[in-house]
Amino acid sequence: MDYFIELFFSGLTRGSIYALIALGYTMVYGIIGLINFAHGEIYMIGAFTAFIVATVLSIYGFPLFSIVIIAGLAAVVWSSSYGYTIEKIAYKPLRHAPRLSPLISAIGMSIFLQNYVLLAQTSDFLPFPTLIPDWEFMEPIAHIVGTTDLAILVTTVMVMVLLTVVIKFTKIGKAMRATAQDRMMATLVGINVNNVISATFIVGSALAAIGGLLIASHIGQINFYIGFIAGIKAFTAAVLGGIGSIPGAVLGSFVLGLTESFATGYVSSDYEDVFAFSLLVLILIFKPSGLLGKATNQKV
Amino acid sequence: MKQSILQVTGLTMDFGGIRALNSLDLDVKSGEIVALIGPNGAGKTTFFNCITGIYTPTAGDIFLTPPDSSKKISLKGLKPNQVTEKGLARTFQNIRLFAKMTVLENVMIGRHCRTKAFVFGAIFRTAATRKEEKSIIETSYAILEKLGLAEFANEFADNLPYGAQRRLEIARALATEPLLLLLDEPAAGMNPQETIALDKLIKKISLDGQAILLIEHDMQLVMSLSDRIFVMDYGKKIAQGTPAEIRENPVVIKAYLGEEVDA
Amino acid sequence: MVSLKELKKGLLTSLWFVFLTFPIIVIKVDPIQRTVIWRWQNALYMALGTFGIYLLVKYYQHRKENQPSRPKNTEQTESFLHGILQKPLQRKILVGVVATIAVLFPHFFSTYQTNVMTTALMYVVLGLGLNIVVGLAGLLDLGFVAFYAVGAYTYALLNLHFGLGFWTVLPIGGLIAAMFGVLLGFPVLRLRGDYLAIVTLGFGEIIRLILENWGKFSKGPSGISNISRPGFLGMEFSLEQSILYTYYLMILFVIITIFVVNRLQDSRLGRAWIALREDEIACQAMGIDKRKTKLVAFSLGAFWAGIVGVMFAAKTTFINPASFTFLESAIILSIVVLGGMGSIIGVVFGALILILMPEYLRALSEYRMLAFGGILVCMMIFRPQGLISNIRRTYRFEKKPQ
Ligand SMILES: Nc1ncnc2c1ncn2[C@@H]1O[C@H](COP(=O)(O)OP(=O)(O)O)[C@@H](O)[C@H]1O
Ligand SMILES: [Mg+2]
Repeated sequence: MDYFIELFFSGLTRGSIYALIALGYTMVYGIIGLINFAHGEIYMIGAFTAFIVATVLSIYGFPLFSIVIIAGLAAVVWSSSYGYTIEKIAYKPLRHAPRLSPLISAIGMSIFLQNYVLLAQTSDFLPFPTLIPDWEFMEPIAHIVGTTDLAILVTTVMVMVLLTVVIKFTKIGKAMRATAQDRMMATLVGINVNNVISATFIVGSALAAIGGLLIASHIGQINFYIGFIAGIKAFTAAVLGGIGSIPGAVLGSFVLGLTESFATGYVSSDYEDVFAFSLLVLILIFKPSGLLGKATNQKV
Repeated sequence: MKQSILQVTGLTMDFGGIRALNSLDLDVKSGEIVALIGPNGAGKTTFFNCITGIYTPTAGDIFLTPPDSSKKISLKGLKPNQVTEKGLARTFQNIRLFAKMTVLENVMIGRHCRTKAFVFGAIFRTAATRKEEKSIIETSYAILEKLGLAEFANEFADNLPYGAQRRLEIARALATEPLLLLLDEPAAGMNPQETIALDKLIKKISLDGQAILLIEHDMQLVMSLSDRIFVMDYGKKIAQGTPAEIRENPVVIKAYLGEEVDA
Repeated sequence: MVSLKELKKGLLTSLWFVFLTFPIIVIKVDPIQRTVIWRWQNALYMALGTFGIYLLVKYYQHRKENQPSRPKNTEQTESFLHGILQKPLQRKILVGVVATIAVLFPHFFSTYQTNVMTTALMYVVLGLGLNIVVGLAGLLDLGFVAFYAVGAYTYALLNLHFGLGFWTVLPIGGLIAAMFGVLLGFPVLRLRGDYLAIVTLGFGEIIRLILENWGKFSKGPSGISNISRPGFLGMEFSLEQSILYTYYLMILFVIITIFVVNRLQDSRLGRAWIALREDEIACQAMGIDKRKTKLVAFSLGAFWAGIVGVMFAAKTTFINPASFTFLESAIILSIVVLGGMGSIIGVVFGALILILMPEYLRALSEYRMLAFGGILVCMMIFRPQGLISNIRRTYRFEKKPQ
């Protein structure tokens, strides 16, 4: 039973990370209909920035508490800046191009960013500093649920609540929902669609950065390639939930996280990624609208 | 009594909660020109989409009977290309030409379902393939000539004037050798002269015995062309009859035609 | 030309990029030794570089706006090439020159360079194969490398277990790859373009991961070695002769591929592909079976990849899953995009440029993948039609006087 609970919690942890990344895919897709292939790289850059800042601070002897705060902030700030800039460079000029053009551009951007980090930093795995110390009160259940697992879950829930508040109640959140529903109408009622798109990229990237920071401190190492696999998996989660739907992305992420955790725990861990990819292929073939998405009839 | 080519019974189409077609019955007999009219949003285009297999109707039956046989073919559940193969060809209300292909090539695409060269023939260019290609080009050109488009044959479709694009839609559909030709608002956006020319053109096509089902808003054109008219509103058929009957029908006048009849 | 306002904006842009790239390119930490290296010079390069690029882009935009005759000029250089290809005599001369260079190439260059050229030619064929799928039929296939892997492993395994030779396996490899193409294509080809791209990517990764993990079948990450080189009527070749032989074989393949792709493009099937790319719904309404037509394109592309896969295994005599990553698919896609989707000459040029350039400019080879990514983005923004846009031979009909 302990093993089951352990797998369950590790599935939730995975699911939380996927959710943080999947939200970026789903929000961008909801607004401009683009699979932002470079989103995984944003997450990777978030993890790298956190790694660099945290290591520098710890070398210069800052206290752990301040390191966590500053590294987290840096990851969010820089990832958002990358997200914002990438949209301006690689997607905005292609807003009226054929549908596949921005996708090819996004794939190019993803390859570019991976190699940019590879060249500027290193191809080796780097040890990520422990940002979250083991709490003492966790001692009795530590063999089932680690401190970082709990921290990830708590952080994710907090971030989700914050995101819901932003989308439901703030002006920009309302503008986002309006734009996602009907871009034409949104423009007509005076919403600046360019700003909404930028904001979407910034928010999505910030979430990915938090995911990057959490997973890096959980696993304890990073390299330039982590964004690719994580990106594909988060995308799988978003499609599973129904791309474009925010609750769908969260639901899809937890389903994927739990499936992966149990499959690797009870079946075999060799084929961990094969599970995810197969799931992706199967959903797209049999239920491309996902769990919470709506099937649409193209108007002729 | 002429034989029916198309028989539609109880056709119903729901989009989510909206019932765009409500148990519609319609038939077209061989050699006839039938018009389908009704206000915008009545469900006319949806009717075309349902019988050509682009949408899957919620309920109802669609039968096609080739003039030389008495066997009914059910079109229900067929894919659009299969429907075209069986003998329904259509034009689109919002023009959907292959913009970066020439006018001739657009019509040649229409010949696709009546020809069969495939990978082997394409690579080895067998005698049969060469012969077939030649016949595709000749037939297509003949259709262009008949529709007065020959002068544009080698132009890209998106460089054509608007009226010519509408005619090219018709040419492309004719190239599939349909039993029944479906025209979705062929006069939309045309100026009066172009409309008069279109009237003549449709009559000319009909003279060859081509059965036509026409959606149109231009009442003069409808009255001049049609043997029979079906009127629909909110997805329901509200009247049917000859142009004279429709002109007099109080339900139609109230629901839709009003003063437009005399205009 | 460039106003003060724009200069100011350029300065701001370059400052923004310095800020953006600061943590990644300036700071380098060594977490083990606990040292930090501050590479300030990189910030300077970044500032100058982005400022320069900004001015270039502005200049490009100005030229585009102020001189409407400019685009015509570029078209002229293009139609120059197309003009040559359309005039029979000039075309013959051009083909003759290219053929002579191709035949003589190994006699003027070293074995090493011949080998590199053979690799480039393999990418030409791969590019042309993908071009059928992406360029003609408009299906973005991001898992093309899977079919390449299927071909390579078919040969490696049949050679290892049954001692089958190159020529026997060549068609088998192609057919098995095509079969995989049909198996995958059948369910996925009804998907929308961007979903199709992701599914094919997923499929490519599945194939690679299986090859990596199913050690009993594929020998896992360590790969299969000692694969036989291509033979010729049972003759034994020295290494050098074999390289020469492979080179000429590849030239032959390129010629056959160009011939076939050209004929396909000018056929009833080719027209259907192009129409499908333009408007799927209209295409179906004209009686074209969308599924079948796409499936043929997809499996033909896979067939070609399979053939080149066999060729690759025979040429290198060693294969492992690392040769078949997503990046390989991305490289082939870059070739097609750079050359010009749908354009045969374009793809040939694209492959030669992208594969040979990093080979000969050693300094560049490190930046190879960076450049591929950059190329994809830049081409989409500045020249989506590729280096050599595809000017199709359109069907013409001139009425003969009677
Ligand atoms: N794909 C679709 N999804 C949802 N509603 C549709 C779709 N196609 C048509 N409709 C609806 O069906 C009704 C009839 O439309 P249409 O057939 O285009 O009318 P008409 O051609 O008579 O002007 C309209 O209310 C339209 O909004
Ligand atoms: Mg309509």
